[in-house]
Amino acid sequence: MAKSPLPAMLGIVTRPWFWAFAASALAFIATLYLSDGRGGGELLAAALTFASFSAIVGIGQMFVITLGPGNVDLSIPATMTLAGTLALKFMGGETGLIVPGLLLALAVGLGAGIFNYLLIRLLRIPPIIATLSASFLYQSLAIWWNRGLRIKPPEVLADFTTGALIGIPNLTVIGILIAVVSWVVLERSLFGRWISAFGQNTRAARLSGVPVEAVRAITYVSSAVLAAFTGYLLASFSGGAALNMGTEYLLISIAVVVIGGSSIAGGNSNVPGIWGGALLMFLVVSMLNSYGFGAGVRLIMTGTIIIAIVAAASGKGRSA
Amino acid sequence: MSGRYRILLPVISLAVLLAAVFYLQPRAMSYFGLNLLFNLAVPIALATIAQMMIIMVNDIDLSIGTFVSFSACVTATFLNDTPLLGAAILIAAILAYAAIGALIHLRELPAIVVTLGMSFVWGGVAVLLLPSPGGAAPGWIRTLMTVKPPLVPMAVVACVLIAGVTHVLIMRSSTGTLLRAVGGNTKAVARSGWSVMKLKAGAYALAGVFGVLSGMCLVGLTTSADANIALRYTLLSIAGVILGGGEFTGGKVSPVGAVIGALTLALAGSFLSFMRLSPDWQIGAQGAILILVLAVRLVFSRRGRKWKGAENG
Repeated sequence: MAKSPLPAMLGIVTRPWFWAFAASALAFIATLYLSDGRGGGELLAAALTFASFSAIVGIGQMFVITLGPGNVDLSIPATMTLAGTLALKFMGGETGLIVPGLLLALAVGLGAGIFNYLLIRLLRIPPIIATLSASFLYQSLAIWWNRGLRIKPPEVLADFTTGALIGIPNLTVIGILIAVVSWVVLERSLFGRWISAFGQNTRAARLSGVPVEAVRAITYVSSAVLAAFTGYLLASFSGGAALNMGTEYLLISIAVVVIGGSSIAGGNSNVPGIWGGALLMFLVVSMLNSYGFGAGVRLIMTGTIIIAIVAAASGKGRSA
Repeated sequence: MSGRYRILLPVISLAVLLAAVFYLQPRAMSYFGLNLLFNLAVPIALATIAQMMIIMVNDIDLSIGTFVSFSACVTATFLNDTPLLGAAILIAAILAYAAIGALIHLRELPAIVVTLGMSFVWGGVAVLLLPSPGGAAPGWIRTLMTVKPPLVPMAVVACVLIAGVTHVLIMRSSTGTLLRAVGGNTKAVARSGWSVMKLKAGAYALAGVFGVLSGMCLVGLTTSADANIALRYTLLSIAGVILGGGEFTGGKVSPVGAVIGALTLALAGSFLSFMRLSPDWQIGAQGAILILVLAVRLVFSRRGRKWKGAENG
């Protein structure tokens, strides 16, 4: 096997993101097998749409996790909820306020990110606890702001989030654009090198002149801004903000990073894998759904698959 | 902050909060009032101890909330209807926890992800057991949780007991020292001939034991269970360990502190309702209290360092 004539193919197989896409394809085929191949287009469109939400928050989480052990953003769900709630209430269904509403959502993300960072920097609180306690505050703020009232998004915005561009859902286009930009930032820019250096050895990075605190600040802020942006899109997509709309994205955001083959120990991340993981998370659930499994079995299988993928792809098994 | 003073801040925060509650609601200063204040703290304290076992070996458990929910569901169904089978299931669950610890060590997996995956598994089993809220608490657990000892209410006795037992287990026994050493310096433990895998599996098994106890206590208090009954325990337990002076790395934990941390968090909820704070802000204020305590801790540790510096200089 080692002297395979197909080194290029082997090269793909050893890429960390390969398994996420391969498993997604398997889940996709297994679902279609049940319906004799019908509905493949719809399933793909749904997968691409829902995976965009997971992918965008996942990319933010990935940047944070790249910073190394202990760095994780637990405030993503609360930031999503707060941004979605505030933006939709502000817009109040008015078409003219779509752009200001978007800016408000992004500003919420900016504020949340800066607050998270200040807790970590000034109060020396471990990031897990800092983002956790901050998320309690954001959640309360969201509850207080509109008391669970569901305000419809402007129609144009709702149409946009559910619409498609030459067959590709608009949300997917946005998600892929963000992924491409993130890939360039991570792999081709100085800033990306700094993030990886921070994750591999913070002390060495600092001694070699990397502005470590600025790197950390920008990373936490971008995670929060991406979460806020997703909250804005998700609230518009689902016809209004709900107070629990971000809940499931806490687990998903971490899961897609790891399934995608990024190192949870930091310093080594890859963007394509995020999309692979996001697609996989959706396709597995819809596969189990179409096979008629109940919620319980679905949860058990999802968990088992996450652990199996991580056990197979990381740890001692991988020579990298 | 040296080990001896590590416990000081949690004690002070609890005392301040308790004084504030008594000031706002003097009637709470009674047998009945104290029991009411701390009742729900018992399962939280047990879950916090479980989390502490995992943090002690430098891991983190994101599944403890769903695991406690699962244990509660087993307690309210199997343990009530067919006690032997129920006990067998709970023991199997503890063994599963040990197996996860071994797997994490053997394959060098990130605990945060494996426990995340396990949180789906426990949640799924719990939904299968109790698709809708229900079940009933076994009579003996109910009796145990509602017993009225003289002078001091049950909740306080239970917390002191939990703190005492785990303190002896973790801080005083040789096994406890070894377990903390795994968090402090894994390589040194391995080189002196101990099986790190067995120790890690042991720490996870202990977490499983306390998780099961937490679920049982919870059912004893609420008399029924549902699959989502303890989801918030995951975050509460992490916060409790840190509030109690524990640290994420290095095996630096404090069982007594963890119990006090859990009590502080439970009390924070009651304090806020006595303040007549709108329920909208309850969660937020809990976050604010957490931030406040950690900020105070920073001041303490800075001053401690200054003193040490002065002595050395």
